[in-house]
Amino acid sequence: MIKYIRRFFSMLAENIRMSISNIFANRLRSFLTVLGIMIGVTAVIALITTISAVSTSISDSFTSMGAGQLTLSISGNDIKPGLNAENLETLKKIEGVVGLTPSVSLSASFVCAGERDTGISVKGVSDYYFVREDDLVKRGRKLNQFDVDRKNAVCLIGEEVLETFFYGENPIEKTVYLNGIAFKVVGILNEDAASDVIIPYTTALKMNSEAFVTSVTLYLSSPDISKSVTEKLEPVMDAMFSFEEDTYSIVTMEAIENTMTELLDMMSALLAGIASIALIVGGIGIMNMMLTSVTERTSEIGLKKALGARPGEIQMQFLIESFMLSMMGGVLGVLFGIILSMVMCNAMGASFSLSYGAVVLGVGFSAAVGILFGWSPARKASKLNPIDALRSA
Amino acid sequence: MENVFFKMSDVCKNYLVGGETLEVLKLINLNIDKGEYLSVLGPSGSGKSTLMNIIGCLDQATSGEYILNGRLIEDLSEKELAEIRNREIGFIFQNSQLLQKLDALSNVELPLVYQGIGPRERRKRARAMLERVGLEERMHHFPNQLSGGQQQRVAIARALVTDPKILLADEPTGALDQKTGRQIMGLFDEISSEGRTIIMITHDLKLAGFAKRIVNIIDGCLTEGEAG
Repeated sequence: MIKYIRRFFSMLAENIRMSISNIFANRLRSFLTVLGIMIGVTAVIALITTISAVSTSISDSFTSMGAGQLTLSISGNDIKPGLNAENLETLKKIEGVVGLTPSVSLSASFVCAGERDTGISVKGVSDYYFVREDDLVKRGRKLNQFDVDRKNAVCLIGEEVLETFFYGENPIEKTVYLNGIAFKVVGILNEDAASDVIIPYTTALKMNSEAFVTSVTLYLSSPDISKSVTEKLEPVMDAMFSFEEDTYSIVTMEAIENTMTELLDMMSALLAGIASIALIVGGIGIMNMMLTSVTERTSEIGLKKALGARPGEIQMQFLIESFMLSMMGGVLGVLFGIILSMVMCNAMGASFSLSYGAVVLGVGFSAAVGILFGWSPARKASKLNPIDALRSA
Repeated sequence: MENVFFKMSDVCKNYLVGGETLEVLKLINLNIDKGEYLSVLGPSGSGKSTLMNIIGCLDQATSGEYILNGRLIEDLSEKELAEIRNREIGFIFQNSQLLQKLDALSNVELPLVYQGIGPRERRKRARAMLERVGLEERMHHFPNQLSGGQQQRVAIARALVTDPKILLADEPTGALDQKTGRQIMGLFDEISSEGRTIIMITHDLKLAGFAKRIVNIIDGCLTEGEAG
């Protein structure tokens, strides 16, 4: 037994030595073959790593944006197309809800000092919106409860509007016209604001000639309770709309994030699948090189057989060679893949983190390709008849 | 059977060529004793190469019995045949068949690799054998840096390094000039005088004359010839 193990390792060492010398004897050919595998592995690693980095950064921004929020989207029924003021008060009293803001959107024309622009996005919110988004106001004041209750014609304007209409001027206390109604500018929003202009939601409803709110964001006391709040919210909402179905939907940021992550995972799998085609092509390259190599070395194989090499040992020699070729490609591919994904992450502004899974996948896949595509040429070599093989010399 | 050194009984070899059976060897009977120096003499196409392949366990007979060192060759697997080739037979080919990528020493070591012998021991034995054939100065030369005669000496060292029962030589001087050929034959004489069995396949009557016993092969039939 020990004798066989010794023989095996002695053969292995010898085969590795011979493979290295063969690989280096045909430098250009080996390099091109390795290149094929390398490109495949690089593509797989770069795609997987980049997508996972993008996915992480998207979910991070979701978390920072929407942790501890629930969004209610109401379609209502014929009699009652949305929520009224009384309903909003009811929602505020649900355990775990610390505040809410309706969200009323409209598109308006904006006129100021003789300049006019249409299609300005205007969002109506409650004063509580600014409690949560407390760093949204760059200059001036936030909306307060008084503005909401009195349906005050006051507004905060975004950077873009500021630059278009108030170039170098202080807009605070200036009058602007939204859909022909005079508003007083009370504050300036910073660049994080999602809309051009923010006004009290009550004012926005009046401008839209609506009495009901169809979109509400609930703010929770903690990010972890969205599930329990949802459970308490559902019966309340059901009661408001006479237990009719499909009158409202509750959207948590987690749900959106999950959908997003699922989508990205799918994309990642799809792209990795496409990239792995490159690996298969690389494998065919290895097979081609090995077949050529077997043909070229027919006399060497015959001689070795005459000197006592067993078929299995000949097969091992060629298998090791193709394995080494593909592993060289694999290791280089992992290196280049990491470099490429660093560059790509940098370009997309996502933070790079090495995915060990991708590295294992890349190396493992290339090893498998080497063995799989090296098998048949190695087998062919081992089956060569030593007489024919010697005669070809 | 255990005591039989070399015995061929009614060995035939047929090839199927284009649907027709070609009888290359016809009922060959050959007994060889340990330590004999035998040459198989025959023109090209006589079947002598086929006979050599069968003796060397590179090929197997279509029918008949071949016993080498007490073992019936027909019964052996591919793996066992490889082992017989490795341990019992030392091959010397016409054009020496050295691996161009390896130096003389590594070429001689090669059969020992297939015995699972460690590198240090291999090196020691190969070195000793190269000294034996007078190439102690050329151990790290590659085949293309050696003359034809030197290459054939390396091949002889490689054949002898495993201490085989039989040295099987196929036209060992075929690629050499007369003087070098004579030197190689001198080496064969020495090896024979040490008691090793030599079988030499040749078409050259003069060369065959170096052997103690000659058998003729013509059209696949073997006849005992006259001793040199």
